[in-house]
Amino acid sequence: MTKHDSDHIAHLHDELHSHLPSEPALRAKALESLLVEKGLVDSAAVDAWVEAYSEDIGPKNGGRIVARSWVDPNFRTRLFEDASEAIKELGLEQGHLVAKENTEGTHNLIVCTLCSCYPMGLLGMAPTWYKMAAYRSRAVRDPRGVLEEFGVVVPGSTRVRVWDSTAELRYLVVPQRPAGTDGWDESRLAGLVTRNSMIGTHRDLSDRVQSIS
Amino acid sequence: MDGIHDLGGRHGFGKIEVDEPEIQFHAPYEARVRSMVHAITQAPDWSVDWFRHCRELINPVDYLTRPYFDQWIQAYSAMLVNSGWATVEEIASGQAAGLLKGLPPPITAEQARASVLKEKRFDAPVDAEPVYSNTEKVRTVMKVSNGHTRLPMYARGKTGQVIDYHGAHIFADAMALAEKRYEYLYTIEFSLAELWPEVDESNDTVTLDLWESHLEAV
Repeated sequence: MTKHDSDHIAHLHDELHSHLPSEPALRAKALESLLVEKGLVDSAAVDAWVEAYSEDIGPKNGGRIVARSWVDPNFRTRLFEDASEAIKELGLEQGHLVAKENTEGTHNLIVCTLCSCYPMGLLGMAPTWYKMAAYRSRAVRDPRGVLEEFGVVVPGSTRVRVWDSTAELRYLVVPQRPAGTDGWDESRLAGLVTRNSMIGTHRDLSDRVQSIS
Repeated sequence: MDGIHDLGGRHGFGKIEVDEPEIQFHAPYEARVRSMVHAITQAPDWSVDWFRHCRELINPVDYLTRPYFDQWIQAYSAMLVNSGWATVEEIASGQAAGLLKGLPPPITAEQARASVLKEKRFDAPVDAEPVYSNTEKVRTVMKVSNGHTRLPMYARGKTGQVIDYHGAHIFADAMALAEKRYEYLYTIEFSLAELWPEVDESNDTVTLDLWESHLEAV
């Protein structure tokens, strides 16, 4: 039985702080060896996940969703109605997903002020800045200032909506299709879509069109 | 819990590292730790909410300065010791002093591969009717759990509007204490002017996903 006692956990953190090696890689190695010896982890299962992260999980998944939404209006409608269901058509899954549409009048930005909630299956590991205090503290208070730091200037007439991921919903920003991409096929379009554009810290993808074409 | 993790709106954390390279992991141990957490046998009374709370309880200096995945190591270590599955000495040395009895075998590589991109859902149908309706104005409560809560300090006692409704979800604040109950979850939108004293007027908004216990009628 677990005792769900906050004070005791805080005390254990102090103990661990004094006893564990300070180098994170050594801590990780010791923990894995122990868990394997205790029968709580099979290293082959860890290997399988490491491989999945290098091959199957990453922002290319999100890019496929965005590209499909640009070429298939019916998919786009379904995506904004029920994103969790819609992305299954692409063989993807992300629990309870909500997709948010960038338009001329709206810019969306995602944050998790309390921890690091992020649509990992679609975007891979969150960038370090997404998990650090500078972004988490300011995204909800001065979103335009944060965007400017990323080189994004949103006109005053465009409303900025910040989505703080406080529950188990995961958010995906769907950026606008840039001009100069008429006739591009879906996979070429997917190559335009940056990770940051799906978080909302990149808005105008036309800066990518030259590099792809 | 009004801890260091509750960062929304705080000043003084400086610039964002916008030029970080777009790679998933910055050191091999990070991939190992992330993957280990997928693969570890979970105690029946653990939850993602308990894990988050255990991370929140890391000493504030460590919370702000230790690497992210190192904090995962420490949170899981505290959970393992707290549940009687390991001792601090065992975790420090990486060597077991005693073995555990009566646990199922850990998940295999095959099971791991089958679970990649299979995401859990946290919602379920309930009998009760939702209290609030779309477009209704609501106020967030001031009183929250001293343990884990998903209502951040910056959004307490504020008036916003219901803009979406998501059915009943496991209430994270209670689940962190292993009390599993479902409550209706809403998306509430707040004007920046409602949240921050320096903003007089703004069309910009912040939205949060909040449970019925976090809300009251205006």
